[in-house]
Amino acid sequence: MISALGKQLYIIWSQIVTLWLVFMHMFKKPDTVEYPDVMPYMFPRWRGRIILSRDPDGEERCVACNLCAVACPVDCIALQKTEDENGRWYPEFFRINFSRCIMCGFCEEACPTNAIQLTPDFEMAEYVRQDMVWEKEDLLINGTGKYHDYNFYKIAGKSIGGKGKGEARNELPPIDRRSLLP
Amino acid sequence: MFEFVVGSPINIALILGAVLVTAALLIWVERRVLGFLNERLGPNRVGPFGIAQSLADVGKLITKEDWIPPFADKLPFVVAPAIIPVVMLLSFAVIPLAPGIGIMDLNIGLLWIFAMAGLGAYSAMLGGLASNNKFALLGGLRAAGQMISYEVFMGISILGVVILGDSFNMREIVEAQKDQWFVIPQFIGFIIFVIAGLAETKRWPFDLAEGESEIISGFNTEYSGMKFGLFFVGEYIGMLVLSALIPVLFFGGWYGPFGWDFESYPILSGLFWMSVKTGFWIFFFILVRAALVRPRYDQLMNYGWLVMLPLSLINLLVTGAVVLAQGN
Repeated sequence: MISALGKQLYIIWSQIVTLWLVFMHMFKKPDTVEYPDVMPYMFPRWRGRIILSRDPDGEERCVACNLCAVACPVDCIALQKTEDENGRWYPEFFRINFSRCIMCGFCEEACPTNAIQLTPDFEMAEYVRQDMVWEKEDLLINGTGKYHDYNFYKIAGKSIGGKGKGEARNELPPIDRRSLLP
Repeated sequence: MFEFVVGSPINIALILGAVLVTAALLIWVERRVLGFLNERLGPNRVGPFGIAQSLADVGKLITKEDWIPPFADKLPFVVAPAIIPVVMLLSFAVIPLAPGIGIMDLNIGLLWIFAMAGLGAYSAMLGGLASNNKFALLGGLRAAGQMISYEVFMGISILGVVILGDSFNMREIVEAQKDQWFVIPQFIGFIIFVIAGLAETKRWPFDLAEGESEIISGFNTEYSGMKFGLFFVGEYIGMLVLSALIPVLFFGGWYGPFGWDFESYPILSGLFWMSVKTGFWIFFFILVRAALVRPRYDQLMNYGWLVMLPLSLINLLVTGAVVLAQGN
Protein backbone atom coordinates (compact mmCIF):
# COMPACT_ATOMS: atom_id res chain seq x y z
CA MET A 1 0.00 0.00 0.00
CA ILE A 2 2.66 2.47 1.10
CA SER A 3 5.03 1.47 -1.70
CA ALA A 4 2.21 1.70 -4.27
CA LEU A 5 1.39 5.19 -3.01
CA GLY A 6 5.08 6.07 -3.15
CA LYS A 7 5.23 4.87 -6.74
CA GLN A 8 2.26 7.04 -7.68
CA LEU A 9 3.86 10.05 -5.99
CA TYR A 10 7.07 9.34 -7.86
CA ILE A 11 5.16 9.23 -11.15
CA ILE A 12 3.55 12.58 -10.38
CA TRP A 13 6.92 14.02 -9.39
CA SER A 14 8.49 12.82 -12.63
CA GLN A 15 5.72 14.55 -14.62
CA ILE A 16 6.47 17.82 -12.80
CA VAL A 17 10.19 17.42 -13.46
CA THR A 18 9.41 16.79 -17.14
CA LEU A 19 7.38 19.98 -17.32
CA TRP A 20 10.19 21.94 -15.69
CA LEU A 21 12.91 20.54 -17.94
CA VAL A 22 10.92 21.21 -21.09
CA PHE A 23 10.14 24.71 -19.84
CA MET A 24 13.86 25.43 -19.41
CA HIS A 25 14.37 24.65 -23.09
CA MET A 26 12.42 27.84 -23.79
CA PHE A 27 15.54 29.83 -22.91
CA LYS A 28 18.00 27.89 -25.03
CA LYS A 29 19.15 29.08 -28.41
CA PRO A 30 17.12 27.49 -31.22
CA ASP A 31 19.05 25.10 -33.41
CA THR A 32 17.27 26.23 -36.56
CA VAL A 33 19.38 27.60 -39.42
CA GLU A 34 17.14 29.87 -41.47
CA TYR A 35 18.36 28.44 -44.73
CA PRO A 36 17.47 30.82 -47.57
CA ASP A 37 18.60 33.77 -45.45
CA VAL A 38 21.57 32.08 -43.80
CA MET A 39 23.59 29.60 -45.82
CA PRO A 40 24.50 26.57 -43.71
CA TYR A 41 28.13 25.43 -43.75
CA MET A 42 28.39 22.58 -46.25
CA PHE A 43 31.16 20.10 -45.55
CA PRO A 44 33.64 19.54 -48.41
CA ARG A 45 32.80 15.86 -48.61
CA TRP A 46 29.04 16.50 -48.78
CA ARG A 47 27.52 14.41 -51.55
CA GLY A 48 25.76 16.96 -53.72
CA ARG A 49 25.82 17.96 -57.39
CA ILE A 50 28.07 15.74 -59.54
CA ILE A 51 30.87 17.28 -61.60
CA LEU A 52 33.50 16.01 -64.03
CA SER A 53 36.95 17.36 -63.18
CA ARG A 54 40.03 18.03 -65.31
CA ASP A 55 43.63 17.04 -64.62
CA PRO A 56 46.23 19.70 -63.73
CA ASP A 57 47.06 20.14 -67.44
CA GLY A 58 43.46 21.06 -68.18
CA GLU A 59 42.56 17.85 -70.01
CA GLU A 60 39.50 15.78 -69.19
CA ARG A 61 40.17 13.19 -66.54
CA CYS A 62 37.36 10.88 -67.60
CA VAL A 63 38.59 7.90 -69.61
CA ALA A 64 35.09 6.62 -70.40
CA CYS A 65 35.63 3.32 -68.61
CA ASN A 66 31.89 3.07 -67.77
CA LEU A 67 32.55 1.97 -64.18
CA CYS A 68 30.43 4.81 -62.82
CA ALA A 69 27.52 3.84 -65.05
CA VAL A 70 27.85 0.24 -63.86
CA ALA A 71 28.07 1.22 -60.19
CA CYS A 72 25.10 3.57 -60.38
CA PRO A 73 22.18 1.90 -58.56
CA VAL A 74 19.55 3.96 -60.39
CA ASP A 75 21.13 3.91 -63.86
CA CYS A 76 21.20 7.66 -64.17
CA ILE A 77 24.60 7.89 -65.95
CA ALA A 78 24.97 7.34 -69.67
CA LEU A 79 28.19 7.80 -71.69
CA GLN A 80 29.90 6.72 -74.88
CA LYS A 81 33.64 6.22 -75.26
CA THR A 82 35.65 7.74 -78.06
CA GLU A 83 39.35 8.35 -78.72
CA ASP A 84 41.28 11.44 -79.82
CA GLU A 85 44.25 11.57 -82.21
CA ASN A 86 46.72 11.14 -79.34
CA GLY A 87 45.15 7.89 -78.24
CA ARG A 88 43.56 9.37 -75.14
CA TRP A 89 40.16 7.97 -74.31
CA TYR A 90 37.39 10.38 -73.47
CA PRO A 91 33.58 10.32 -73.38
CA GLU A 92 31.85 11.39 -76.55
CA PHE A 93 28.86 12.29 -74.48
CA PHE A 94 28.36 12.07 -70.75
CA ARG A 95 24.84 12.45 -69.47
CA ILE A 96 23.57 12.43 -65.88
CA ASN A 97 19.86 12.42 -65.25
CA PHE A 98 19.63 14.29 -61.94
CA SER A 99 15.94 13.58 -61.61
CA ARG A 100 16.95 9.97 -60.99
CA CYS A 101 20.25 10.53 -59.18
CA ILE A 102 20.11 9.72 -55.47
CA MET A 103 23.50 11.28 -54.61
CA CYS A 104 24.81 8.00 -53.24
CA GLY A 105 28.39 8.68 -54.34
CA PHE A 106 28.98 5.18 -55.69
CA CYS A 107 30.14 6.66 -59.01
CA GLU A 108 32.79 8.69 -57.20
CA GLU A 109 33.99 5.59 -55.38
CA ALA A 110 34.04 3.55 -58.58
CA CYS A 111 35.93 6.13 -60.65
CA PRO A 112 39.55 4.99 -61.24
CA THR A 113 40.73 8.42 -62.38
CA ASN A 114 39.07 10.75 -59.81
CA ALA A 115 37.17 12.31 -62.70
CA ILE A 116 33.63 12.15 -61.36
CA GLN A 117 33.25 13.91 -58.01
CA LEU A 118 30.40 15.05 -55.79
CA THR A 119 30.35 18.66 -54.58
CA PRO A 120 28.66 20.44 -51.65
CA ASP A 121 26.20 22.21 -53.97
CA PHE A 122 22.62 21.01 -53.51
CA GLU A 123 20.46 23.80 -54.98
CA MET A 124 19.46 22.04 -58.19
CA ALA A 125 15.70 22.59 -58.40
CA GLU A 126 14.30 23.16 -61.90
CA TYR A 127 10.87 24.03 -63.25
CA VAL A 128 11.14 21.77 -66.30
CA ARG A 129 11.93 18.13 -65.75
CA GLN A 130 14.03 17.96 -68.92
CA ASP A 131 16.39 20.56 -67.41
CA MET A 132 17.41 18.00 -64.83
CA VAL A 133 19.34 16.08 -67.50
CA TRP A 134 22.88 17.45 -67.54
CA GLU A 135 25.20 16.97 -70.50
CA LYS A 136 28.99 16.83 -70.48
CA GLU A 137 29.45 20.56 -71.05
CA ASP A 138 27.24 21.23 -68.00
CA LEU A 139 29.09 18.75 -65.84
CA LEU A 140 32.67 19.54 -66.82
CA ILE A 141 34.46 22.07 -64.61
CA ASN A 142 37.75 23.83 -65.28
CA GLY A 143 39.47 22.81 -62.05
CA THR A 144 40.76 19.63 -60.50
CA GLY A 145 38.10 19.21 -57.83
CA LYS A 146 39.18 17.59 -54.60
CA TYR A 147 42.43 16.02 -55.93
CA HIS A 148 44.81 18.70 -57.10
CA ASP A 149 47.79 16.89 -58.62
CA TYR A 150 46.37 13.63 -59.84
CA ASN A 151 46.91 13.03 -63.52
CA PHE A 152 45.94 9.58 -64.77
CA TYR A 153 48.07 9.48 -67.92
CA LYS A 154 51.15 10.66 -65.98
CA ILE A 155 50.80 7.65 -63.68
CA ALA A 156 49.37 4.91 -65.87
CA GLY A 157 51.62 2.93 -68.16
CA LYS A 158 49.50 3.46 -71.24
CA SER A 159 51.33 5.20 -74.06
CA ILE A 160 49.62 8.14 -75.67
CA GLY A 161 50.76 10.81 -78.08
CA GLY A 162 53.53 12.84 -76.40
CA LYS A 163 54.21 10.19 -73.75
CA GLY A 164 55.70 6.86 -74.63
CA LYS A 165 56.14 3.66 -72.64
CA GLY A 166 58.21 4.08 -69.50
CA GLU A 167 57.84 7.83 -69.28
CA ALA A 168 55.20 7.86 -66.58
CA ARG A 169 55.92 8.95 -63.02
CA ASN A 170 57.81 6.29 -60.98
CA GLU A 171 58.15 4.12 -64.07
CA LEU A 172 61.31 2.58 -65.51
CA PRO A 173 61.91 2.46 -69.26
CA PRO A 174 60.67 -0.78 -70.83
CA ILE A 175 63.11 -3.68 -70.81
CA ASP A 176 64.40 -5.00 -74.12
CA ARG A 177 63.45 -8.62 -73.75
CA ARG A 178 66.00 -9.71 -76.34
CA SER A 179 68.87 -8.32 -74.24
CA LEU A 180 67.86 -10.39 -71.27
CA LEU A 181 70.03 -13.30 -72.36
CA PRO A 182 71.95 -15.12 -69.69
CA MET B 1 -17.08 57.72 -20.26
CA PHE B 2 -20.18 55.67 -20.87
CA GLU B 3 -21.30 52.84 -18.69
CA PHE B 4 -20.34 49.23 -19.41
CA VAL B 5 -23.26 46.90 -18.70
CA VAL B 6 -23.11 43.13 -18.94
CA GLY B 7 -24.86 42.07 -22.13
CA SER B 8 -24.90 45.43 -23.93
CA PRO B 9 -24.40 45.20 -27.72
CA ILE B 10 -20.99 46.86 -27.61
CA ASN B 11 -19.94 44.34 -24.97
CA ILE B 12 -21.11 41.43 -27.11
CA ALA B 13 -19.42 42.74 -30.25
CA LEU B 14 -16.12 43.44 -28.48
CA ILE B 15 -15.97 40.11 -26.67
CA LEU B 16 -17.00 38.08 -29.71
CA GLY B 17 -14.38 39.86 -31.83
CA ALA B 18 -11.72 39.45 -29.16
CA VAL B 19 -12.44 35.76 -28.69
CA LEU B 20 -12.37 34.99 -32.41
CA VAL B 21 -9.18 36.99 -32.97
CA THR B 22 -7.52 35.37 -29.97
CA ALA B 23 -8.56 31.91 -31.10
CA ALA B 24 -7.08 32.60 -34.54
CA LEU B 25 -3.91 33.99 -32.98
CA LEU B 26 -3.65 30.92 -30.76
CA ILE B 27 -2.98 28.81 -33.87
CA TRP B 28 0.16 30.87 -34.38
CA VAL B 29 1.00 31.27 -30.67
CA GLU B 30 0.80 27.55 -30.05
CA ARG B 31 3.06 26.63 -32.95
CA ARG B 32 5.54 29.39 -32.13
CA VAL B 33 5.78 28.60 -28.40
CA LEU B 34 5.92 24.89 -29.15
CA GLY B 35 8.78 25.66 -31.51
CA PHE B 36 10.72 27.53 -28.84
CA LEU B 37 10.10 24.74 -26.35
CA ASN B 38 11.54 22.29 -28.88
CA GLU B 39 14.50 24.63 -29.58
CA ARG B 40 13.07 25.44 -33.00
CA LEU B 41 11.80 28.77 -34.28
CA GLY B 42 8.27 27.89 -35.32
CA PRO B 43 6.42 29.77 -38.08
CA ASN B 44 8.16 33.14 -38.41
CA ARG B 45 7.99 34.04 -42.09
CA VAL B 46 4.48 35.46 -42.70
CA GLY B 47 4.39 39.02 -41.42
CA PRO B 48 6.36 40.30 -38.42
CA PHE B 49 7.32 37.33 -36.21
CA GLY B 50 5.04 35.21 -38.40
CA ILE B 51 1.97 36.75 -36.77
CA ALA B 52 -0.03 36.46 -40.01
CA GLN B 53 0.47 32.69 -40.08
CA SER B 54 -3.14 32.19 -38.97
CA LEU B 55 -4.34 34.19 -42.00
CA ALA B 56 -2.24 32.02 -44.29
CA ASP B 57 -3.61 28.89 -42.60
CA VAL B 58 -7.20 30.06 -42.95
CA GLY B 59 -6.60 30.98 -46.58
CA LYS B 60 -5.24 27.52 -47.19
CA LEU B 61 -8.15 25.82 -45.44
CA ILE B 62 -10.78 27.85 -47.30
CA THR B 63 -9.27 27.26 -50.74
CA LYS B 64 -8.82 23.54 -50.18
CA GLU B 65 -11.25 21.10 -51.72
CA ASP B 66 -14.21 20.66 -49.40
CA TRP B 67 -14.89 16.98 -49.91
CA ILE B 68 -17.71 14.92 -48.49
CA PRO B 69 -16.96 11.22 -48.86
CA PRO B 70 -19.67 9.38 -50.83
CA PHE B 71 -19.97 6.77 -48.09
CA ALA B 72 -20.56 9.35 -45.34
CA ASP B 73 -23.85 10.21 -43.72
CA LYS B 74 -24.25 13.66 -45.24
CA LEU B 75 -26.29 15.67 -42.74
CA PRO B 76 -24.48 14.74 -39.50
CA PHE B 77 -21.20 14.91 -41.37
CA VAL B 78 -21.85 18.57 -42.23
CA VAL B 79 -23.44 19.52 -38.92
CA ALA B 80 -20.80 17.95 -36.64
CA PRO B 81 -17.95 20.42 -37.22
CA ALA B 82 -20.27 23.39 -36.69
CA ILE B 83 -21.29 22.22 -33.23
CA ILE B 84 -18.00 22.60 -31.39
CA PRO B 85 -17.15 26.27 -32.17
CA VAL B 86 -20.74 27.36 -31.55
CA VAL B 87 -20.89 25.51 -28.25
CA MET B 88 -17.52 26.81 -27.12
CA LEU B 89 -18.44 30.40 -28.05
CA LEU B 90 -21.70 30.02 -26.12
CA SER B 91 -19.87 28.80 -23.05
CA PHE B 92 -17.53 31.80 -23.25
CA ALA B 93 -20.61 34.00 -22.90
CA VAL B 94 -20.92 33.45 -19.15
CA ILE B 95 -17.26 34.03 -18.33
CA PRO B 96 -16.85 37.28 -16.40
CA LEU B 97 -13.90 39.23 -17.75
CA ALA B 98 -14.11 42.31 -15.53
CA PRO B 99 -16.77 44.12 -13.50
CA GLY B 100 -19.38 45.07 -16.10
CA ILE B 101 -17.66 43.20 -18.94
CA GLY B 102 -19.32 40.01 -20.06
CA ILE B 103 -22.10 38.76 -22.30
CA MET B 104 -24.42 36.92 -19.94
CA ASP B 105 -24.86 37.19 -16.18
CA LEU B 106 -26.56 33.84 -15.59
CA ASN B 107 -27.30 32.74 -12.06
CA ILE B 108 -26.50 29.19 -13.24
CA GLY B 109 -23.33 30.17 -15.12
CA LEU B 110 -21.33 27.11 -14.12
CA LEU B 111 -24.13 24.73 -15.06
CA TRP B 112 -24.38 26.51 -18.40
CA ILE B 113 -20.72 25.83 -19.08
CA PHE B 114 -21.12 22.16 -18.23
CA ALA B 115 -24.21 21.88 -20.39
CA MET B 116 -22.29 23.38 -23.30
CA ALA B 117 -19.24 21.19 -22.72
CA GLY B 118 -21.57 18.18 -22.67
CA LEU B 119 -23.00 19.20 -26.03
CA GLY B 120 -19.43 19.60 -27.34
CA ALA B 121 -18.99 15.84 -27.06
CA TYR B 122 -21.58 15.45 -29.81
CA SER B 123 -19.29 17.18 -32.27
CA ALA B 124 -16.56 14.56 -32.13
CA MET B 125 -19.07 11.76 -31.69
CA LEU B 126 -21.23 12.66 -34.68
CA GLY B 127 -18.19 13.46 -36.80
CA GLY B 128 -16.70 10.06 -36.05
CA LEU B 129 -19.93 8.17 -36.62
CA ALA B 130 -21.00 9.99 -39.75
CA SER B 131 -17.64 9.53 -41.46
CA ASN B 132 -18.38 5.80 -41.83
CA ASN B 133 -14.70 5.04 -41.47
CA LYS B 134 -13.10 2.62 -39.03
CA PHE B 135 -10.51 5.05 -37.70
CA ALA B 136 -13.05 7.86 -37.42
CA LEU B 137 -15.40 5.51 -35.59
CA LEU B 138 -12.63 4.58 -33.14
CA GLY B 139 -11.84 8.25 -32.64
CA GLY B 140 -15.48 9.15 -32.11
CA LEU B 141 -15.86 6.29 -29.65
CA ARG B 142 -12.82 7.40 -27.70
CA ALA B 143 -13.96 11.02 -27.72
CA ALA B 144 -17.40 10.08 -26.43
CA GLY B 145 -16.10 7.83 -23.65
CA GLN B 146 -13.39 10.25 -22.61
CA MET B 147 -15.50 13.39 -22.58
CA ILE B 148 -18.48 11.82 -20.84
CA SER B 149 -16.44 10.16 -18.09
CA TYR B 150 -14.17 13.12 -17.45
CA GLU B 151 -17.12 15.47 -17.31
CA VAL B 152 -18.45 13.59 -14.29
CA PHE B 153 -15.68 14.52 -11.92
CA MET B 154 -14.96 17.79 -13.65
CA GLY B 155 -18.39 18.74 -12.32
CA ILE B 156 -17.77 17.23 -8.90
CA SER B 157 -14.38 18.94 -8.54
CA ILE B 158 -16.08 22.29 -9.11
CA LEU B 159 -18.70 21.75 -6.42
CA GLY B 160 -16.16 22.64 -3.73
CA VAL B 161 -15.83 26.05 -5.32
CA VAL B 162 -19.59 26.35 -5.51
CA ILE B 163 -19.85 25.56 -1.78
CA LEU B 164 -17.20 28.15 -0.89
CA GLY B 165 -18.58 30.78 -3.26
CA ASP B 166 -22.14 29.92 -2.25
CA SER B 167 -23.36 30.44 -5.82
CA PHE B 168 -23.41 29.05 -9.35
CA ASN B 169 -23.08 32.60 -10.65
CA MET B 170 -19.56 33.17 -11.97
CA ARG B 171 -19.50 36.83 -10.93
CA GLU B 172 -20.42 35.98 -7.37
CA ILE B 173 -17.78 33.24 -7.32
CA VAL B 174 -15.17 35.80 -8.41
CA GLU B 175 -16.35 38.34 -5.87
CA ALA B 176 -16.12 35.71 -3.13
CA GLN B 177 -12.39 35.40 -3.96
CA LYS B 178 -11.55 39.05 -3.21
CA ASP B 179 -9.68 38.16 -0.04
CA GLN B 180 -8.52 34.60 -0.72
CA TRP B 181 -8.23 32.74 -3.98
CA PHE B 182 -10.02 29.40 -4.00
CA VAL B 183 -6.87 27.63 -5.18
CA ILE B 184 -5.66 27.50 -1.58
CA PRO B 185 -8.64 25.79 0.11
CA GLN B 186 -9.51 23.86 -3.06
CA PHE B 187 -6.08 22.72 -4.23
CA ILE B 188 -7.11 19.12 -4.94
CA GLY B 189 -10.22 20.31 -6.73
CA PHE B 190 -8.03 22.63 -8.79
CA ILE B 191 -5.66 19.84 -9.86
CA ILE B 192 -8.58 17.57 -10.79
CA PHE B 193 -10.26 20.38 -12.69
CA VAL B 194 -7.14 21.13 -14.74
CA ILE B 195 -6.66 17.46 -15.67
CA ALA B 196 -10.33 16.95 -16.45
CA GLY B 197 -10.36 20.19 -18.44
CA LEU B 198 -7.46 18.97 -20.55
CA ALA B 199 -9.36 15.77 -21.25
CA GLU B 200 -12.56 17.69 -21.90
CA THR B 201 -11.01 19.90 -24.59
CA LYS B 202 -9.24 16.84 -26.07
CA ARG B 203 -5.91 18.60 -25.70
CA TRP B 204 -2.58 16.90 -25.26
CA PRO B 205 -1.77 14.65 -23.49
CA PHE B 206 -5.40 13.46 -23.66
CA ASP B 207 -5.76 13.72 -27.43
CA LEU B 208 -6.68 10.06 -27.75
CA ALA B 209 -9.68 10.96 -29.87
CA GLU B 210 -7.24 12.21 -32.51
CA GLY B 211 -4.17 10.16 -31.65
CA GLU B 212 -2.21 10.71 -34.86
CA SER B 213 0.19 7.86 -34.19
CA GLU B 214 -2.60 5.34 -33.60
CA ILE B 215 -5.74 6.19 -35.58
CA ILE B 216 -4.57 8.65 -38.30
CA SER B 217 -6.52 11.68 -37.14
CA GLY B 218 -9.34 10.05 -35.24
CA PHE B 219 -12.79 11.49 -35.58
CA ASN B 220 -11.75 14.12 -38.16
CA THR B 221 -9.94 11.72 -40.49
CA GLU B 222 -12.41 12.24 -43.34
CA TYR B 223 -12.67 16.01 -42.94
CA SER B 224 -10.97 18.51 -45.22
CA GLY B 225 -11.02 22.21 -45.91
CA MET B 226 -12.95 24.54 -43.66
CA LYS B 227 -14.88 21.68 -42.02
CA PHE B 228 -11.61 20.51 -40.53
CA GLY B 229 -10.85 24.16 -39.80
CA LEU B 230 -13.99 24.42 -37.68
CA PHE B 231 -12.90 21.47 -35.54
CA PHE B 232 -9.53 23.18 -35.25
CA VAL B 233 -10.94 26.58 -34.27
CA GLY B 234 -13.39 24.93 -31.90
CA GLU B 235 -10.52 23.26 -30.11
CA TYR B 236 -8.71 26.58 -29.73
CA ILE B 237 -11.81 28.38 -28.47
CA GLY B 238 -12.24 25.51 -26.02
CA MET B 239 -8.67 26.01 -24.86
CA LEU B 240 -9.41 29.72 -24.41
CA VAL B 241 -12.58 28.97 -22.44
CA LEU B 242 -10.72 26.56 -20.19
CA SER B 243 -7.83 29.00 -19.71
CA ALA B 244 -10.30 31.72 -18.71
CA LEU B 245 -12.36 29.38 -16.53
CA ILE B 246 -9.45 28.30 -14.32
CA PRO B 247 -8.64 31.88 -13.19
CA VAL B 248 -12.31 32.64 -12.67
CA LEU B 249 -12.90 29.60 -10.48
CA PHE B 250 -9.59 29.28 -8.66
CA PHE B 251 -7.36 32.33 -9.18
CA GLY B 252 -9.57 35.23 -8.26
CA GLY B 253 -10.81 36.18 -11.73
CA TRP B 254 -10.33 39.89 -12.22
CA TYR B 255 -8.70 40.48 -8.81
CA GLY B 256 -4.95 40.86 -8.85
CA PRO B 257 -2.73 38.96 -6.43
CA PHE B 258 -1.92 40.55 -3.02
CA GLY B 259 -4.60 43.18 -3.64
CA TRP B 260 -2.69 44.77 -6.53
CA ASP B 261 -5.76 46.35 -8.10
CA PHE B 262 -6.06 49.77 -9.68
CA GLU B 263 -9.09 50.83 -7.69
CA SER B 264 -9.84 53.87 -9.82
CA TYR B 265 -10.07 51.88 -13.08
CA PRO B 266 -11.79 48.61 -12.09
CA ILE B 267 -12.55 47.57 -15.71
CA LEU B 268 -9.01 48.13 -16.99
CA SER B 269 -7.51 46.44 -13.96
CA GLY B 270 -9.90 43.50 -14.29
CA LEU B 271 -9.21 43.03 -17.99
CA PHE B 272 -5.46 43.25 -17.36
CA TRP B 273 -5.44 40.59 -14.65
CA MET B 274 -7.81 38.33 -16.58
CA SER B 275 -5.59 38.53 -19.68
CA VAL B 276 -2.45 37.84 -17.65
CA LYS B 277 -3.97 34.83 -15.93
CA THR B 278 -5.57 33.47 -19.11
CA GLY B 279 -2.29 33.91 -20.96
CA PHE B 280 -0.46 32.03 -18.23
CA TRP B 281 -2.82 29.07 -18.49
CA ILE B 282 -2.66 29.05 -22.28
CA PHE B 283 1.11 28.89 -21.98
CA PHE B 284 0.80 26.11 -19.43
CA PHE B 285 -1.37 24.03 -21.77
CA ILE B 286 1.12 24.50 -24.59
CA LEU B 287 3.91 23.45 -22.22
CA VAL B 288 1.93 20.35 -21.26
CA ARG B 289 1.52 19.55 -24.93
CA ALA B 290 5.27 19.84 -25.47
CA ALA B 291 6.26 17.84 -22.40
CA LEU B 292 3.89 15.03 -21.54
CA VAL B 293 3.17 11.80 -23.41
CA ARG B 294 -0.21 10.36 -24.33
CA PRO B 295 -1.52 7.63 -21.99
CA ARG B 296 -3.09 4.41 -23.24
CA TYR B 297 -6.86 4.47 -23.47
CA ASP B 298 -7.39 1.96 -20.64
CA GLN B 299 -4.95 3.93 -18.48
CA LEU B 300 -6.97 7.07 -19.16
CA MET B 301 -10.23 5.38 -18.18
CA ASN B 302 -8.78 3.61 -15.14
CA TYR B 303 -7.20 6.82 -13.94
CA GLY B 304 -10.42 8.69 -14.39
CA TRP B 305 -12.80 6.33 -12.66
CA LEU B 306 -10.51 4.78 -10.04
CA VAL B 307 -8.40 7.77 -8.95
CA MET B 308 -9.95 11.05 -9.99
CA LEU B 309 -13.56 10.24 -9.15
CA PRO B 310 -12.87 9.07 -5.54
CA LEU B 311 -10.46 11.98 -5.02
CA SER B 312 -13.01 14.52 -6.19
CA LEU B 313 -15.73 12.94 -4.02
CA ILE B 314 -13.45 13.04 -0.96
CA ASN B 315 -12.61 16.64 -1.76
CA LEU B 316 -16.30 17.50 -1.99
CA LEU B 317 -17.13 15.74 1.29
CA VAL B 318 -14.26 17.35 3.20
CA THR B 319 -15.08 20.80 1.85
CA GLY B 320 -18.74 20.42 2.75
CA ALA B 321 -17.90 19.15 6.24
CA VAL B 322 -15.48 22.01 6.92
CA VAL B 323 -17.93 24.63 5.69
CA LEU B 324 -20.70 23.10 7.81
CA ALA B 325 -18.44 23.02 10.86
CA GLN B 326 -17.41 26.64 10.38
CA GLY B 327 -20.99 27.73 9.74
CA ASN B 328 -22.07 26.93 13.30
